[in-house]
Amino acid sequence: MSREKLTGAEMIIRALLDQGVDVVFGYPGGAVLPIYDAIFGQNKLRHILVRHEQGAVHAAEGYARSTGKVGAVLVTSGPGATNAVTGLTDALMDSIPIVCITGQVATHLIGNDAFQEADTTGITRPCTKHNYLVKSPDDVARVVHEAFYVARSGRPGPVVIDMPKDVQLGTGRYVGPEKVVHRTYQPRIKGDEGAIGRAVELIAKAKKPVFYTGGGVINAGPQASEKLIEFARMTGVPVTNTLMGLGAFPGSDPQFIGMLGMHGTYQANLAMHNCDVMVCLGARFDDRITGRLDAFSPKSKKIHVDIDPSSINKNVSVDISIVGDVGAVLEDMIAVWKRDGRSSDAGALKDWWTQIDEWRGRDCLQYEQGDQIIKPQYAIQRLYELTKDRETFITTEVGQHQMWAAQLYKFERPNHWMTSGGLGTMGYGMPAAIGVQLAHPDALVVDIAGEASILMCIQELSTAVQYKLPIKIFVLNNEYMGMVRQWQELLHGGRYSESYSAALPDFVKLAESFHAKGLRAQTPGEVDGVIAEMLDTDGPVLADIVVDQAENCFPMIPSGSAHNEMILSSDRKHEVSDAGKALV
Amino acid sequence: MVEKRSRRHTIAVLVDNEAGVLARVIGLFSGRGYNIESLTVAETDPKNNVSRITIVTSGTPMIIEQIKAQLGRLVPVHKVSDLTIEGPHVERELALIKVAGTGEPRVESLRIADIFRARVVDSTNDSFVFELTGASEKLDAFVELMKPLGLVDVSRTGIVAISRGAAPL
Repeated sequence: MSREKLTGAEMIIRALLDQGVDVVFGYPGGAVLPIYDAIFGQNKLRHILVRHEQGAVHAAEGYARSTGKVGAVLVTSGPGATNAVTGLTDALMDSIPIVCITGQVATHLIGNDAFQEADTTGITRPCTKHNYLVKSPDDVARVVHEAFYVARSGRPGPVVIDMPKDVQLGTGRYVGPEKVVHRTYQPRIKGDEGAIGRAVELIAKAKKPVFYTGGGVINAGPQASEKLIEFARMTGVPVTNTLMGLGAFPGSDPQFIGMLGMHGTYQANLAMHNCDVMVCLGARFDDRITGRLDAFSPKSKKIHVDIDPSSINKNVSVDISIVGDVGAVLEDMIAVWKRDGRSSDAGALKDWWTQIDEWRGRDCLQYEQGDQIIKPQYAIQRLYELTKDRETFITTEVGQHQMWAAQLYKFERPNHWMTSGGLGTMGYGMPAAIGVQLAHPDALVVDIAGEASILMCIQELSTAVQYKLPIKIFVLNNEYMGMVRQWQELLHGGRYSESYSAALPDFVKLAESFHAKGLRAQTPGEVDGVIAEMLDTDGPVLADIVVDQAENCFPMIPSGSAHNEMILSSDRKHEVSDAGKALV
Repeated sequence: MVEKRSRRHTIAVLVDNEAGVLARVIGLFSGRGYNIESLTVAETDPKNNVSRITIVTSGTPMIIEQIKAQLGRLVPVHKVSDLTIEGPHVERELALIKVAGTGEPRVESLRIADIFRARVVDSTNDSFVFELTGASEKLDAFVELMKPLGLVDVSRTGIVAISRGAAPL
């Protein structure tokens, strides 16, 4: 079989199938017509027609994040490729495995400014983990298999394969995935034994330890979350998750102290600030986590486990670094803990938990729900209460609604929370929800959105309708780019420059015009009814939840401030330094 | 205490000799704001399709560690080696230096070239092209001396480096 000659286009389909791909998100165009012809001639690989290439990549991200598989994208040359760039950058920042095949003009035309030509490998070099330009049909199969290997191995990420049209049309020999071994890229999985031993000793001796865990635990697979839970139980250490790490540890567990960082909980950030041993598992000391670097957790010894050596000592210098897969390292830590008969300092931990519970007692996420205007937090809390007993996946757009969702929706398992963390891409949520729903046809998939973000990829509602994907879009409509408005209120003297969402569409009619269902809630009393109707509807729904325009998202660590300088409400006066204002 | 002083490092990188690999390395430096003081590249193992890049850069120990880690995670990179900290090594640079003039300055340039063990690789009635190999400082000194004697053009390769002793990279 493997010796037969196929066209480049046929080999692409064959290689995708051999890599276990069942869905590809794409949009046709001149430079990929041979591949679309090959898709037409088969029925194993399902193609989902998006409405914009950015949507294709986000959908593949949602698919990948919720399944642990590599997401596949197919777009044409030129504008098809450039439209995909935002999604690719998003996937790079959040370490999501994607293989994106882009059409390219025929090899003899490359460099001639041909119609719909763009220097795709040049443009995507800084926003992919790796990219390829395939110059011969004989390379097609090998490159596709290599691309999947690179995308999913080590720290996952997006890989672009640029396929000139003549390469798609020419014939070559197919090779199967088992024959492709990468020469150079062999990421380290097992952590260094000596470092693991020292880390375990440090954790055992700690008086005020904290586990700070990130998206790496999710990427390491569900078994890594199980190991995290096991190790946390053995040690009794409090656990906080980053935005990307939510779900790695059960959100309703008493040992979970909430998300940390800029909009993290009071107890999580103060635990980070005051701890004596910090164990960073698959996170990267992002500026949203650390706040002001020179005041970040000044008294702690830091252990950092990451599969990407370049994440270690990048922002924060650590005492023990372990390069490896976080699941494998946790497994070894558990084994060493047992082997050496380690136990935590129970007395010290008791005092530490007393302190944490005191901080927790501040109830930093509280809000006051009156009977007139819907508080956005209330809407999310009701959504949580009414969906928590189902198999529910949540995606978000970017902004205040995203932070409230992260704070208030409790994720019990990994891979159920899809959000654009690193790049902060408005427009991510709905296409991501489409990808999740395709992978989990019977699950409930809700995109928690804002009225500004949702308009950035609103065209994908058409995709959801076409494929009868019953996604639910839960729009917290405050008629503002809420997070911009909040920063303008707190940092720019209330000068709301261009942050008001003027001329908004009627979201109910908008949904109806796409042949989806539109719902609206305007008072707190209507929220439960709208959620119930949304859940009962067998098809895509857009629920327009009209919420308080002035509500701010707290706690907040203003830019350039330390964890112990977080603000809990608008009432407190605070100063932001000029240096802080210069930060994003 | 974290060392904050910036220091010059010579880094050798073995890469697959494929299209775009140099762009990846250079893009990494410009995209992340690192310095490149010099960079040389050529295929060194044609059978295995491997090229060797020598980069001279400077930074604090934390930055240098970052540079090496970032280079190491590029997919076509086989090996990254910091020659500055991994033991003694030899650095050499080659320059071609064009000097024009007649009479005494022309004789003087030849005399200095002799002292520096530079070779004349091209000669006309009123010009020389010297070839000079050595440490960068030696090349700097030679160029400086040629300035008053009719220096026209300088072309330098940038530093190539290799570790001392029998061990491979």
